[in-house]
Amino acid sequence: MSVRVYVSRDAAALALGAGETAAALLAAARATEQDIQLVRIGSRGMVWLEPLVEVEVDGRRLGYGPVAATEVAALVEAGLFSGADHRLKLGVVDELPYLAKQERLTFERVGLIDPVDLDQYIAHGGYAGLRRALAMSGAQVVQEVTDSGLRGRGGAAFPTGIKWKTVLDQPAGQKYVVCNADEGDSGTFSDRMLMEGDPFCLIEGMTIAGIAVGATQGYIYLRAEYPHAQIALNEALAVARARGHLGRDVLGSGKAFELEVRMGAGAYICGEETSLLESLEGKRAEVRFRPPLPAIKGLFGRPTIINNVISLASLPVILAKGAQFYKDYGMGRSRGTLPIQLAGNIRHGGLVEKAFGVSLRELLYDFGGGSASGRPIRAVQVGGPLGAYIPESQFDVLLDYEAFTAIGALVGHGGIVAFDDTVDMAKMARYALEFCAVESCGKCTPCRIGSTRGVELMDRIMRGGQDRAPDLKLLEDLCDTMQYGSLCGLGGMTPFPVMSALKHFPEDFSRNR
Amino acid sequence: MADFDARELATVDRIVAGLADQPGALLPILHGIQQELGHIPRDAVPRIAAGLNLSRAEVHGVISFYHYFRQHAPGRHVLQVCRAEACQAVGCEATEAHARQRLGVDYHGTSADGNFTLEAAYCLGNCAAGPSVMIDNTLYGRVTPERLDQLLRQWAALQ
Repeated sequence: MSVRVYVSRDAAALALGAGETAAALLAAARATEQDIQLVRIGSRGMVWLEPLVEVEVDGRRLGYGPVAATEVAALVEAGLFSGADHRLKLGVVDELPYLAKQERLTFERVGLIDPVDLDQYIAHGGYAGLRRALAMSGAQVVQEVTDSGLRGRGGAAFPTGIKWKTVLDQPAGQKYVVCNADEGDSGTFSDRMLMEGDPFCLIEGMTIAGIAVGATQGYIYLRAEYPHAQIALNEALAVARARGHLGRDVLGSGKAFELEVRMGAGAYICGEETSLLESLEGKRAEVRFRPPLPAIKGLFGRPTIINNVISLASLPVILAKGAQFYKDYGMGRSRGTLPIQLAGNIRHGGLVEKAFGVSLRELLYDFGGGSASGRPIRAVQVGGPLGAYIPESQFDVLLDYEAFTAIGALVGHGGIVAFDDTVDMAKMARYALEFCAVESCGKCTPCRIGSTRGVELMDRIMRGGQDRAPDLKLLEDLCDTMQYGSLCGLGGMTPFPVMSALKHFPEDFSRNR
Repeated sequence: MADFDARELATVDRIVAGLADQPGALLPILHGIQQELGHIPRDAVPRIAAGLNLSRAEVHGVISFYHYFRQHAPGRHVLQVCRAEACQAVGCEATEAHARQRLGVDYHGTSADGNFTLEAAYCLGNCAAGPSVMIDNTLYGRVTPERLDQLLRQWAALQ
């Protein structure tokens, strides 16, 4: 009877040596003539414990971590495969507080199962949502999504069901489902983890979307920086096609849906949906004017559902368990759960899926364990490079779209980047403008020129040696122009990190460098 | 046609012919060419344009728009160093400076020994274990200057 041993194949775990650890486990098992079955899984999301090794003993998965490849031989010698005690032993993984305190709906299976094993996916509740959707009319499915309260998890928080209704209401003909997997925001990796750890969940979600609005072709637009996700998705797509979960007759329903991965090419702007569509069409990814909305004239001029990975991957659970089940989580108008990513200078970085309503402080300290450096956390940036910097005095804000808007911040894609007290906030403001200059698509002037002028202005402010007041006024004016004059969120939201840094940390702007 | 030999020409034509019928074929074609040739040679542009019924300017415009596509051959390996906020919060500037100093080049440059082309990345999706770098398609976390030296030695030995 072989012992099941689990090691992640997630990119973050591999980056910390999970591949070497897995190889060392196989070698040690051979050397000691023990029979093991090594299962490669997604990551549990406890990145500081990677490479995490789990051993199944009496039906429970015991964790050891972080296990470097160099420690494997001694660990096996000490009785790893029978769950022996060791200084690296963590106990039953599901009972670790970091996991036990979460509410995993979208990430239910991530880190539990072999990501490309369709039978395991189905055994863990997969494809129940699509089966239910196939028994409903398109309008009923769209209503269910609307009733769940799901809002766009990419960051814009637009009600998903309303977007879909617009596509559903367009006359019949070619329609598309596009998944925005161009997860470019710093501090975010939930899309990547989901695609690597449970790719069938995204495939099922997109199939539900296609069936609901009558779209027969889907594209996953994946960023070039995610080669592991590309591999996992393509493996899963091949299995889904071969087993009739995709293709001309999805699960014998007579309905067609086909799906393809398309690679991006290192342009942050492609996270903006209209430039993503331009890119999919094979063009420079310049932002489109709106209207028309993508729901009316999207990919190749046809009605298109375009949603983020997490929005689409939330559909299987919503359809399987019903709108009310999902809606019962959350607060206010922010319903359901959000996979939050703890990143940057944080002790226990990783993925935490919680219902809306959890406080920033709870996330940073109860889950995150404070800074990695042990110094006080001075600021956090939530929602990527276009998100506001939030000072310690506002850490009690609850994770809720409206509560964040009220303090001039945004939830975005749920990435939280922590900085300790060594951070120079003027430098971070300068970086936000520099990033905008590098990544601007160039179509509109406030973004293209404003970002470059902003960098120059910040250089002058940081250098010092002159009266800063006129330059700070100019910076404010410039930000105002960018915010209200830019075509899309890149130029329009770059002022958020800049102005929030200036507002909350003015002392950093008055120091000569 | 100095740097464009018959083998490259055949590669470009094969990739264009194989993908031209796909909707939105240009990016898949550029990916295919770069994957096989390491870059998109200047002389490939007219062939791609002809295959897709586009102007050369349109093809060039797309190649030059995307950071990922390169018009010149890179070193034997491409080292991407993440410069984004989460990595800055854990000191990626030291890693960046070290990479520049060790390779003797700035971003987009190739080290004199031809081993590494240095590129900036704006998030590699490894934000809970920075500073992050990627060498070709292999991702590394917690890359201090010392760790970077190890990696550079290891990859240089691979050739």
